[in-house]
Amino acid sequence: MNATARSDEHQALLKHFFDGKVLGLARAITVVENERAGFQELLHTVMASGPQTKRVGFTGPPGAGKSSLVAAVATEYRKLDEHLGVVAVDPTSPYSGGALLGDRIRMNDISTDPGIFIRSMATRGSLGGLAATTKEVVDLMDAFGFDRVLVETVGVGQTELEVTAAADTVVVVLVPESGDAIQAMKAGLMEIADVFVVNKADRPGAPRLVKELRQALHLRAGSALQDIPAHHGVDLGQAMKKERTTDAPAKEPEGWSVPVLTTNALTNEGVEKLLDTISEHRVWLEESGEIEQRRRARAAIRIRDVVDREMRRVAWKSDDVQRLLREGVEEISAGDGTPYSAADVILGTLLR
Amino acid sequence: MIASAFRDAGFEVVYTGLHQTPEMIVNAAVQEDVDVVAMSVLSGAHMTLFPRVKMLLDEADADHMLLTGGGIIPEDDVTELERQGVGRLFGPGTSTADAIAYVNEWFATTHAG
Repeated sequence: MNATARSDEHQALLKHFFDGKVLGLARAITVVENERAGFQELLHTVMASGPQTKRVGFTGPPGAGKSSLVAAVATEYRKLDEHLGVVAVDPTSPYSGGALLGDRIRMNDISTDPGIFIRSMATRGSLGGLAATTKEVVDLMDAFGFDRVLVETVGVGQTELEVTAAADTVVVVLVPESGDAIQAMKAGLMEIADVFVVNKADRPGAPRLVKELRQALHLRAGSALQDIPAHHGVDLGQAMKKERTTDAPAKEPEGWSVPVLTTNALTNEGVEKLLDTISEHRVWLEESGEIEQRRRARAAIRIRDVVDREMRRVAWKSDDVQRLLREGVEEISAGDGTPYSAADVILGTLLR
Repeated sequence: MIASAFRDAGFEVVYTGLHQTPEMIVNAAVQEDVDVVAMSVLSGAHMTLFPRVKMLLDEADADHMLLTGGGIIPEDDVTELERQGVGRLFGPGTSTADAIAYVNEWFATTHAG
């Protein structure tokens, strides 16, 4: 397709998009997801008005019931007449490059509601719990005018921390079977959670997990040791506080203590309370100015992403660089160089 | 089984589960902006369901999508549905490789250039 035809196609697509037609959004997402030529201009056009929507991320280990919980939460928001976008990420098979995207199964009850738009995405090799372009897709949904966008991470392991780059409020969903609070700490979930949810709370082990999480959160906040008198000249409470000022991530300032809630997505138990908590977090985000901090942090990530992607593209499409790459391989194979010496030559050319 | 076969052939498959209404199917197809809609109809209602989905897809400005599928469908019905713009329909015992080859071929011819 030549550039003019493509530009015409994008114009038509943008018209649908700004007219609020679902088809326009769906196709815009495809253009962005496949990083088709012109996708950056498209994003630039729709993002001009800046972030408006409320973004809530759901992450947690596989089997935690994230999809069911997102479906339950979405149903509640629909009762409040909020227009919703939902992005659900599932893993791409590393063997075939294909993917089985099954999150819609849990959302069948709401799948024909015109007030909700659900899009499945495959990770396509991206780690971190999101697909490579999930953040951009959330931006598209934001620009499309949804009141709220729910993002569900893939749920395969312990490195799903990228959700913070897509969401204002991060809900970490655990189940009694997902292990103890120590595992959650190791996985870095303490740092990213704005709200903890212990789902399938009717199962044995749930009260214990809730208790452990609360203890771990207190410990993190330093409050568990505040009342303990100084021992051997070291005030542990103070030591903890001090450590926190240096180590604590920027995203957890004073004033929000991470709650641990219990839900049962299948019976809807605790879901209303979860919505209330998400609202409270929203109020806190806005009143404390934290929302602005998070949006700025996100903007920085996004700028880096775009620059990284373009630099890679520009670098490797250059014939000079391709030639230097081949020469580097020859040198290494002849015993005359290392990847570092070859890379030095290439970087020298690029930065000249 | 079909879904995982397509996954293993490198497709991204949005699996919606069983017992979908035509409205649910078309809604999902539009939101996910898919290339192909594949339906399995074993209930005998294929002469209602395939035309209905085809009509809803056309109405949704999604007539570029391939509608295909399978089930226990008599030869005459297959011919009639194809006349109405439905793609190839596969009977019981079809190998998944045939279905995958068909979709690949369709994609290559419709998305050439």
